[in-house]
Amino acid sequence: MRVIARIATRLSRLILVLLCVAVVSFGLMMASPIDPIDAYLGPQMAQVSPEQRELIAQRWGFDEPPAVQFGHWLRQLASGDLGWSHVYNQPVSEVIGQRFQRSIVLLGGAWLLSALLGFSLGVVAGAKEGSTLDNIISTYAFITASTPAFWLAILAVLLFSVTLGWTPTCCAGPTGTLSQDVTLATRLHHLILPIATLALLGIANVTLHTRARMLELMRSEVATHAFAQGASRIDVAWRHGLRHASLPAMTLAFASLGELFGGSILIEQVFAYPGLGQATVAAGLRSDVPLLLGIALFTALFVSVGNMIADTLYDVIDPRIKQGGL
Amino acid sequence: MRLALTSRDAQPRLRAAFSLGVTVLLVTGLVASQWLLGDSAQQMQFDARLAPPSLDHWLGTDALGRELWARTLAGLALSFWVGCLAALLSTLIALSLAALATLSARLDALVSLLIDTLLSVPHLILLMLIAFALGGGTQAVIIAVAVTHWPSLARVLRAELLQLRQAPYVRISRALGKSRWFVLHGHLLPHLLPHCLVGALLLFPHAILHEAALTFLGFGLSPSQPAIGVLLADAMRYLSGGYWWLGVFPGLGLLVMVLGFERLSTHLRRAL
Amino acid sequence: MLTIERLTLQLPYYAHGHASWWKRRWATCLDELSLQFSAGEVHAVVGASGAGKSLLAYAVMGLLPTPARLNGQLCYQGKPLDEQRQRQLRGRELALIPQSLSALDPLVRTQRQVTWAAQRAGHAPANAWHSAQQALNHYQLDAHAQQAYAHELSGGMARRVLTAMAHVSQARLVIADEPTVGLDPHQRQRVLAALRELADQGKSVMLITHDLRHALPIADRVTIMRDGKRVETAPAHAFQGTGDLLVHDYSQALWLALPDNHFSTSATRQAPQLQQEADVA
Repeated sequence: MRVIARIATRLSRLILVLLCVAVVSFGLMMASPIDPIDAYLGPQMAQVSPEQRELIAQRWGFDEPPAVQFGHWLRQLASGDLGWSHVYNQPVSEVIGQRFQRSIVLLGGAWLLSALLGFSLGVVAGAKEGSTLDNIISTYAFITASTPAFWLAILAVLLFSVTLGWTPTCCAGPTGTLSQDVTLATRLHHLILPIATLALLGIANVTLHTRARMLELMRSEVATHAFAQGASRIDVAWRHGLRHASLPAMTLAFASLGELFGGSILIEQVFAYPGLGQATVAAGLRSDVPLLLGIALFTALFVSVGNMIADTLYDVIDPRIKQGGL
Repeated sequence: MRLALTSRDAQPRLRAAFSLGVTVLLVTGLVASQWLLGDSAQQMQFDARLAPPSLDHWLGTDALGRELWARTLAGLALSFWVGCLAALLSTLIALSLAALATLSARLDALVSLLIDTLLSVPHLILLMLIAFALGGGTQAVIIAVAVTHWPSLARVLRAELLQLRQAPYVRISRALGKSRWFVLHGHLLPHLLPHCLVGALLLFPHAILHEAALTFLGFGLSPSQPAIGVLLADAMRYLSGGYWWLGVFPGLGLLVMVLGFERLSTHLRRAL
Repeated sequence: MLTIERLTLQLPYYAHGHASWWKRRWATCLDELSLQFSAGEVHAVVGASGAGKSLLAYAVMGLLPTPARLNGQLCYQGKPLDEQRQRQLRGRELALIPQSLSALDPLVRTQRQVTWAAQRAGHAPANAWHSAQQALNHYQLDAHAQQAYAHELSGGMARRVLTAMAHVSQARLVIADEPTVGLDPHQRQRVLAALRELADQGKSVMLITHDLRHALPIADRVTIMRDGKRVETAPAHAFQGTGDLLVHDYSQALWLALPDNHFSTSATRQAPQLQQEADVA
């Protein structure tokens, strides 16, 4: 029961936080020096007379005080209408839906890869602290953790697409083909490099974190006691280490969804992959305010749910908390 | 009795002192180079456009015949200043909000709601929103990076402050009638300063990376400035032509700088 | 069984507030320590905190942190006890009952932890479970305690679990590091009786404690330690009356400072300081 109560508290907190995100992002949009009517018109800006601008302002309430506009937007939001994206000439919800479908393949693939590989590498490195293997793994992790995501993607394109010609340089399918006609194999071929790059960055994080947890355990009294019983390092890592490191690793994997999404924006940009990240950049650069707001809210939901799962994992799995010990 | 079974770092303080020295040397060199080089990052050579790396053009030249090494150095210096200001500003925000949070329960709830809000939007999207709201440019980047990076440090400082306020020696000091200023100066600051220093140092590499990412996407520094993000966005257009040096060297420079500061902060944390 | 000869241990530290703050220094934690432990005996090692008792235990087990300087000779059953032999004998011949209850893995049920200890001691996997069961029953840990996590156990139960883990190994030298800390008198009696029983079975028990009072009823011999040095080793019966059988002033003072001896402090010149140390202990 305690767990359910805690989850309920978290859910209400989630809604409160999303509301705050809405306020903050709407406030930022209002503060922007870009004229809302220009933003609404987009490229048709030059074709409109002052009278027509007046009409638009009246229709959408651009001349009303910000608080009223916010209320208006929120009411729309509650009825499921996120507005119209002038960049893609589609309702915002449709743009997000379509784009996210493409992004989720990239995000999901990279997420799984980085969690699994990162955890294994971290456990191995932490169990054998100071060994050659540990030195190689932690050097790799230290370096990739400091590498700009987009630069790594540029290097990948340079090496695998331009020099070796193994993978295509751009997009989700060959240019000029309709997306229905692209086969699964072609899709995967286009996805390999972006997923690998994104995963490579995520691995570093999970590895460093897991390694730190393993080191903490290997220096703890639990480990010293196990060594006193005659356990080998491998024994301690396998029996005690895995238990202690897996929960934090899972938590980190869920809690780092925001960072993963940030990385995907950069990587989609380099690979010209038509996902949600690319749409975000387009919306920002071409002042598509409704789309930008919609994406901000959508990603906030995505990340908050990840954070909530991360918090709840402890409640459900850790015996110390499960039975109300803490 | 707590015993560490193994410790690779036999001489942590010696290492910290060493990496501090190296970093200071490199940063001084970077800043001095900008002063010495003047505007050579923008000088065009019409007979050497897109020249590959050679003895004449160390790291090659770009499409306008500008030396890539000079532009990379200038970009790194720019990143350094932007990172410094953003990290400093961010630390100040973290410190003041942490102090605010300890004043009353209501303010505490407010600050923690703000932290949750900021952490629930992906950093890069928040950066884009803020840069968009401020209309872009150097100032916008610094403010955006500063405003997004304080939450983690603020959490640490808040916990530390709450603990300190309850500490017996602080309460005794208050009870003895010492002034608020004395308590702040004599008891609180000496504890908080190392946290702030390490926190700022930890923020710094993130700040630089995010500045470069934001600029790369076109929301940050203006394309006329030789920022690393601008150089790499430029390089994107020449990638398929095989002009690899444009994409490789600026990023490598950034990586070395970020790695250097990351190492320094790790060593300092271990030593203190 | 175990002979320690001129054992010296140094650990690194950093001086505080010194100009050369990055410079590492060495502190001497054990100083030319010589001791003997025989089979069938409970040998208490008594001293205030900081006397180096726990470090002695870790040195014998070979579990010291790596940047440590160790000199001197350890001999187990006539043969030198070097690092390699320590690794072989740990858990089989040498067992440690650690001081802290956080040595129990918080994420593993009691029964399983004891089974692991049995496996590490060389029991076949099939037998290990059975031996663990026996050991747990022997220390009166019921089915509920066997399926419990560490945080669900009381201090006394957790201490008995740790003792069971040492017991299941069949080790011939058992080192108990402060096994009575934080226990009520009843639980303390139970733990001490268990140690006495181990010695009566022909094992050698090193009982490390800061509390002379608790050690005396079960100990055969007592070694008083101070600042990493051995002050005196005496048979347990020397601690009686006014302590005239004790050779050294410090041991006498420690004995006389006990509450049962009316906190008498007149015996030596160092008394005020010693009284303080006894209080701290």
